[in-house]
Amino acid sequence: MTTNPLDADRPPELPRPRRGGGRGGGRGRHRRDESLMVPDVQFESYYGRQVVKPAPWKADIPAYIFLGGIAGGSSLIGAGGAVTGRPALRRTGRYAALAGVALGGLALVHDLGRPERALNMLRTVKLTSPMSVGSWILTAFGGFAGVSMLCEVGRSLPDQRSWLARALRAAEPPATIGSAAFALPLASYTAVLLSDTATPTWRESYRGLPFVFVGSANAAAAGLALITTPADQNRPARRLAAIGAGVELGAAEWMHHDMHPLVAEPLRQGRAGVMLRASRVLTTAGALGATLLGRNRVGAGISGAALIAGSALTRFGVFEAGLASARDPKYTVTPQRERRDQRRREP
Amino acid sequence: MAECHPVGYQWVTEARLKGAKVIHIDPRFTRTSATADRHVPIRAGSDVVFLGALINHILSNELYFRDYLVHYTNAATIVSGEFRDTEDLDGLFSGYDEELGSYDLRSWAYASASGDDDSTPGTIGGPAASREHGHAESQHSSGQQHGASGAPLEHAEVRRDETLQDPRTVFQILKRHYARYTPEMAAQACGVSLEDFDYVARAVTENSGRERTTAWVYAVGWTQHTLGAQFIRTAAIIQLLLGNMGRPGGGIMALRGHASIQGSTDIPTLYNILPGYLAMPMAGNHDTWEDYIGAIGSKAQKGYWANADTYAVSLLKSWWGEHATAENNWCYDYLPRLTGPHGTYQTVMAMLDDEVEGYFLLGQNPAVGSAHGKLQREGMAHLKWLVVRDFAMIESATFWRDGPEIATGELKTEDIQTEVFFMPAASHVEKSGSFTQTQRMLQWHHKAVDPPGDARSELQFFHDLGKRLRARLAGSTDERDRPLLDLTWDYPVDENGEPDAEAVLREINGYHLGGDKAGQLLSTFNDMKADGSTSGGCWIYTGVFADGVNQAARRKPGREQGLTALEWGWAWPANRRILYNRASADPDGNPWSERKKYVWWDADQGRWTGVDVPDFPPTLDPHHHPDKGVGGPAGLAGDDAFIMQSDGKGWLFTPKGMLDGPMPTHYEPQESPVRNPLYAQQANPARKVFPRKDNLWAPSAGQPGSDVYPYVFTTYRLTEHHTAGGMSRWLPYLSELQPEFFCEVSPELAEEKGLTNGGWATIVSARTAIEARVLVTERLTPLTINGHTIHQVGLPYHWGVGSDALVTGDAANDLLGIALDPNVQIQESKAGSCDIIAGRRPRGEALLRLVHEYQSRSGTTPTTGNELLTEGDH
Amino acid sequence: MGYWTNQLSGPTNPTTDSGWDDPPARKGFFTDTSICIGCKACEVACKEWNAIPEDGLDLLGSSYDNTGSLGASTLRQVAFIEQSGDRIAQARESGGRLVDLGMPAMRPADGPSPELVGQAATAVAEGEVPDFRWLMSSDVCKHCTHAGCLDVCPTGALFRTEFGTVVVQPDVCNGCGYCVPACPFGVIERREQDHFEAGTPNLGVAQKCTLCYDRLTDDQTPACAQACPTTSIKFGDLDDMVASAEERVETLHANGYTEARLYGTDRHDGVGGTGSVFLLLDEPEVYGLPPDPQVPTAELPAMFRQAGLAAVAMLVMAVGAFAGRRR
Ligand SMILES: Nc1nc2c(c(=O)[nH]1)N[C@H]1C(S)=C(S)[C@@H](COP(=O)(O)OP(=O)(O)OC[C@H]3O[C@@H](n4cnc5c(=O)[nH]c(N)nc54)[C@H](O)[C@@H]3O)O[C@H]1N2
Ligand SMILES: Nc1nc2c(c(=O)[nH]1)N[C@H]1C(S)=C(S)[C@@H](COP(=O)(O)OP(=O)(O)OC[C@H]3O[C@@H](n4cnc5c(=O)[nH]c(N)nc54)[C@H](O)[C@@H]3O)O[C@H]1N2
Ligand code: SF4
Ligand code: SF4
Ligand code: SF4
Ligand code: SF4
Ligand code: SF4
Ligand SMILES: [Mo]
Repeated sequence: MTTNPLDADRPPELPRPRRGGGRGGGRGRHRRDESLMVPDVQFESYYGRQVVKPAPWKADIPAYIFLGGIAGGSSLIGAGGAVTGRPALRRTGRYAALAGVALGGLALVHDLGRPERALNMLRTVKLTSPMSVGSWILTAFGGFAGVSMLCEVGRSLPDQRSWLARALRAAEPPATIGSAAFALPLASYTAVLLSDTATPTWRESYRGLPFVFVGSANAAAAGLALITTPADQNRPARRLAAIGAGVELGAAEWMHHDMHPLVAEPLRQGRAGVMLRASRVLTTAGALGATLLGRNRVGAGISGAALIAGSALTRFGVFEAGLASARDPKYTVTPQRERRDQRRREP
Repeated sequence: MAECHPVGYQWVTEARLKGAKVIHIDPRFTRTSATADRHVPIRAGSDVVFLGALINHILSNELYFRDYLVHYTNAATIVSGEFRDTEDLDGLFSGYDEELGSYDLRSWAYASASGDDDSTPGTIGGPAASREHGHAESQHSSGQQHGASGAPLEHAEVRRDETLQDPRTVFQILKRHYARYTPEMAAQACGVSLEDFDYVARAVTENSGRERTTAWVYAVGWTQHTLGAQFIRTAAIIQLLLGNMGRPGGGIMALRGHASIQGSTDIPTLYNILPGYLAMPMAGNHDTWEDYIGAIGSKAQKGYWANADTYAVSLLKSWWGEHATAENNWCYDYLPRLTGPHGTYQTVMAMLDDEVEGYFLLGQNPAVGSAHGKLQREGMAHLKWLVVRDFAMIESATFWRDGPEIATGELKTEDIQTEVFFMPAASHVEKSGSFTQTQRMLQWHHKAVDPPGDARSELQFFHDLGKRLRARLAGSTDERDRPLLDLTWDYPVDENGEPDAEAVLREINGYHLGGDKAGQLLSTFNDMKADGSTSGGCWIYTGVFADGVNQAARRKPGREQGLTALEWGWAWPANRRILYNRASADPDGNPWSERKKYVWWDADQGRWTGVDVPDFPPTLDPHHHPDKGVGGPAGLAGDDAFIMQSDGKGWLFTPKGMLDGPMPTHYEPQESPVRNPLYAQQANPARKVFPRKDNLWAPSAGQPGSDVYPYVFTTYRLTEHHTAGGMSRWLPYLSELQPEFFCEVSPELAEEKGLTNGGWATIVSARTAIEARVLVTERLTPLTINGHTIHQVGLPYHWGVGSDALVTGDAANDLLGIALDPNVQIQESKAGSCDIIAGRRPRGEALLRLVHEYQSRSGTTPTTGNELLTEGDH
Repeated sequence: MGYWTNQLSGPTNPTTDSGWDDPPARKGFFTDTSICIGCKACEVACKEWNAIPEDGLDLLGSSYDNTGSLGASTLRQVAFIEQSGDRIAQARESGGRLVDLGMPAMRPADGPSPELVGQAATAVAEGEVPDFRWLMSSDVCKHCTHAGCLDVCPTGALFRTEFGTVVVQPDVCNGCGYCVPACPFGVIERREQDHFEAGTPNLGVAQKCTLCYDRLTDDQTPACAQACPTTSIKFGDLDDMVASAEERVETLHANGYTEARLYGTDRHDGVGGTGSVFLLLDEPEVYGLPPDPQVPTAELPAMFRQAGLAAVAMLVMAVGAFAGRRR
């Protein structure tokens, strides 16, 4: 077959199933190689074409989810550092939070069909739209993270008695609390963003996915902190790395079992399967490394990098798995038929 | 019908929702089959056997509508004793002339009532007529000369046996002729199962009679054969036997093609008729005005053709106005005379022989749409000049630089001397005018927008061309310029120079020229006179401007009027919606049944009445018997329902008018892998062939080499495209719906030849090879014919090779050769022989080599398939 | 809770719900595929009226469907399905089971007439199953009572019109693409920049059937319904559409065509019933329709609850990390 840009939306044709009989009526029809025919429609699909459409999103979106997670986690680390008096963690947490949210925002805008209309996101507040809710969370978080960062800058102003320095000091507690408060939904709402769709694997994963995401966010933020903070101040990061990774891995495991087995399949297959397997290895290794070698600057750095990579792969893997589940009609049709037949049996 | 006439199909859908049964008889399972109650697959080109078997079934089981049959048809008429049937002569009728390849029709005539000496059948038809109809020095086709009528007879004194027992009655002849057309024969020849035959036979006969009527609907699946006209005749016989003509829900509906193709036969673009189906005069036969008038309608014959002189004089008056006088026979001698058939295919042959200098192509794309594309293009390459008027640069305008022959090296652009002028045309929304549709109904369309750029309507183009030619010739004293200079050519034009289309319609409608009504528009063609006091450009259209109102522009919605919606548009003749509707009442003038009440005799009023305009002299009593010797409308008896026929009857047997037999007989197509199962004569002996080395044919069954091209191909249309593509392949919204040329094959054939769905195939005929994408589909069924499996390859013919269209592809018509039906000169494009192989075709010269290799393997020569008589004894 | 569930997925009047006071009757389509002839006039009329760009000149090899699916530049799509006898028998059987089950979608609300069920059953028993058929069906946006696309649109570009239909405002849409995966029917799509020439209208913007909003406001029939020669596409007040769909399916059942079934008429399905209802002759998925569509937002409260719990967990993790001995 010839190809055109739209072919990407059309998976290759399924082989035609063998059928018994053929045209009856005594008209003397022969048996034949059925794979040659205009592909017959199987019970579950129309020429093997997708029923629901995959999201038109590119790598920007999993990147954003990852960056949002790292920003949220970092902001918690920053806050923790501030509260518990660990300046290195406070500083890197705050900078990372702002950097993450800024880059994530850019990725988000970049993925828009009409980036020049990005601000239309703030035209309304819509509770049924996780993206609308998320936009406001992102905005609020971005605001607080920005102020926190300014506060951080303020701390190194030469004249600590100037009105600016004083104002920044006064702003610090609310900014810290605000950014920590919005960090939590920022890292978790993205799971709802994916689940609130007709994409089978995303939707079916809605119970476990937020836990995977927050675990992953914390692990990645901790990983970043491991890289950026001196070993003598990184103990909370090491602990967070282990806890976050543990939650992520545990939640993922639970999620797989909780899901309809067919719909969980894309998480194990294809590119998504590879990414998620790699993510598991990296996350586990990062957590172990952080725990065992985290006191060593180099060991901490390598473990941190592994955690970050693991977290990113989790997001990309889940993202890919969703797209794959939308492209193949069986993931849409089969569970729906089961659900419908179940309902018919027990009205 | 759903494929090609989807808008008309809404009425079929509506009928179905009300309970009508729809049966689709077609080689392929199409969109029509999808919504029909039953699809009956049939081998292309075999319908006469199937329909003949139905006739036989009706006759032998006495399922005909006897009262109707006896009174309204020629079943009881006695035929000349000289007549011999194909059953006696193994596939030939009496009168075949081997040298001319055509029939002398004299022996098919009705027996004369005046003398019982049947050896002088010439009493019917007359001396002039005996030379007519193909049996002449020059070949001539005349079937369509009488498109609205039967052929003229000298008088109506025929002998009848209303008991239908005389062996020489049409009824008995018919019975004998179709006796061997049995369901088993249909199964063998057409591949129609006995079960399907039984279903159709039941459905049709049970749904006919007093209470019910059945309609047959056809288009070019029945016409594009070397005996196309006879396919339709077969259906006509069924309808007459069952009493389905002239009645609501009955009839034979010819679904016409282009939007106003009906209009273009009424006011013809055909070479052999003049407006209103008046014959085109022919050299040798119609040299004098008297010969001509005698030939188009004798005063002694029954019905309205007896007034043909009034129609002809009015026509000539509308053309030459005051110059047409009784003294100069109304300028009759200004009319050119035919010297032979000048159909489109003969003209192409003449081009190839350098007999044609220039050519106007208006709304036609023969490089893609006409049979044997190569000959079409090569013919045009022989012209000195060519004018193409179209919307886009169609392949017929660009063949000299991008046609397939350029790719193979057969033509070289530098060598082609043809000067091509392209002139953009205005489309139907950019001009006003009328369309005449399938039901003979004229509907006016108003111009919606101005044509873009230089685009002009045909009306303006010809008006201007005429004015310029006349200006050039002004003052000429040459006799031969008189016809042009004397024409009435004075149409009012608007500010853009566009003539007023309504003025043309008024001229067609006709005027009173003299008397107290001078200047008024005619109301009916009965007002026409042969004395020059009326004019009228097309007698059957008279009345379209009755009362000075453009009746074609009426658009009163159907829901605001009665069943027949007589105030929507205007149908010729006389706004009548069903022709011969006198037959909807019994011989006494009462409706056959309450359910099928349509037109009836109101004895109190002494006139015909009903929901339609009665197609009968309005006050002619149903029991009237005319005096002997009275002709014309006054010669009609009260039960002569078929008022345009020269004996007032519907013709089961055609004593005149058909060139290839008075009754349809099965012949195989020009190319066929099947031996004629009924007769030694393989193909229609009167078909038109062109033996040339660039028009070769695959050997048919029984001849050596026939297995080289073992499959049948058939060509057809898709809903998504229009004919040669000029109106669809340039439009994105249509092109994307069917973007590529494809062939359709059954899974069985695909398996046999290794074809895959979506892949490519090369289809080879004796003329050329083309390539197409493949759709493997159960919609195509292999048929078992004479115990052999016959595979059919389906080819939509909308694509062509060029460079301007949005989508292009090889043209199915390049596969076809040229062989014609003798009556109407239509090409055989529904059945041909081919081979099919997987993969794309070779390019350049290699293509020619492939085609040659096949040709030599099959041993075909210019005589193959072109001998009219099949070897063997008759 | 009941009220809120209805608001997200149950039967409701979406027009008044979205704040229209005294709106006109909800408009919709009834597409009767049993009389569709696959002429694609609806596809062409839609493209003409909405000036939609050509989107691909390729033969797909799927019977006569070279359109493929609904999308940003295809707001009507005619499906072609070739089936042989055993598949038809299966469809008739599965439809017959629906009749036996007394599915709400199969007959009017006031309950089945027992004779009808009996009739249908005998007709199946006697009915002749043809050995081949060619299904054609014109698909379109469902104008859901609970429209996933509209629910998730963050900009308000998608809105509910006074006719109860769902329409994109192309000048507001920023092309976030969220509506695309949110549609349970795979209808709406973003018109991607790279498939079209620059200057094509509405590039980067989500596109779907507007139910010809611009024609409805002028009291006109949508272009596709207007063009349909066989009245396979019927347009009118949704209640009338559903009623005639129910009447038609009864007639078909009475004639033995138990394969006939309705789609979208059940207001208790996962989208609260659709604004375009269909009469199908086989299972929905045969036509590329989801068998049991559900608006994603139906479970949004649960999703947010899970996310809330996860957020708490995230905080707990952080607190846990910083808690304990200082060092
Ligand atoms: N969409 C669309 N509509 C059109 C046109 C178009 O190009 N596109 N063209 C217009 C024109 S010009 C015309 S003339 C009409 C033609 O309208 P149709 O006659 O309907 O057109 P075709 O598809 O050429 O042929 C009709 C059918 O005849 C079948 N057939 C072939 N051979 C035989 C045979 O021997 N016996 C029987 N019983 N059937 C046979 C073919 O399989 C095909 O399905 O359509 C008009 N309408
Ligand atoms: N193999 C095969 N061949 C066939 C047939 C078949 O069934 N099989 N069918 C035959 C039949 S029935 C037909 S009718 C022919 C059709 O064959 P053609 O008539 O050669 O093909 P069309 O594409 O219809 O050509 C009509 C042209 O007129 C142009 N046109 C439209 N309106 C106007 C106008 O107002 N003015 C001018 N000047 N031009 C206009 C269109 O753009 C188009 O290019 O094909 C025949 N050929
Ligand atoms: S193209 Fe025109 S003439 Fe043909 S079916 Fe459509 S409306 Fe009728
Ligand atoms: S079908 Fe899809 S696009 Fe249409 S209204 Fe429903 S959710 Fe929206
Ligand atoms: S793409 Fe446009 S219409 Fe769709 S959700 Fe985003 S803003 Fe709304
Ligand atoms: S209602 Fe309008 S926009 Fe929707 S499919 Fe029909 S024509 Fe297209
Ligand atoms: S216009 Fe009507 S009949 Fe034609 S394809 Fe569309 S729905 Fe079917
Ligand atoms: Mo035609």
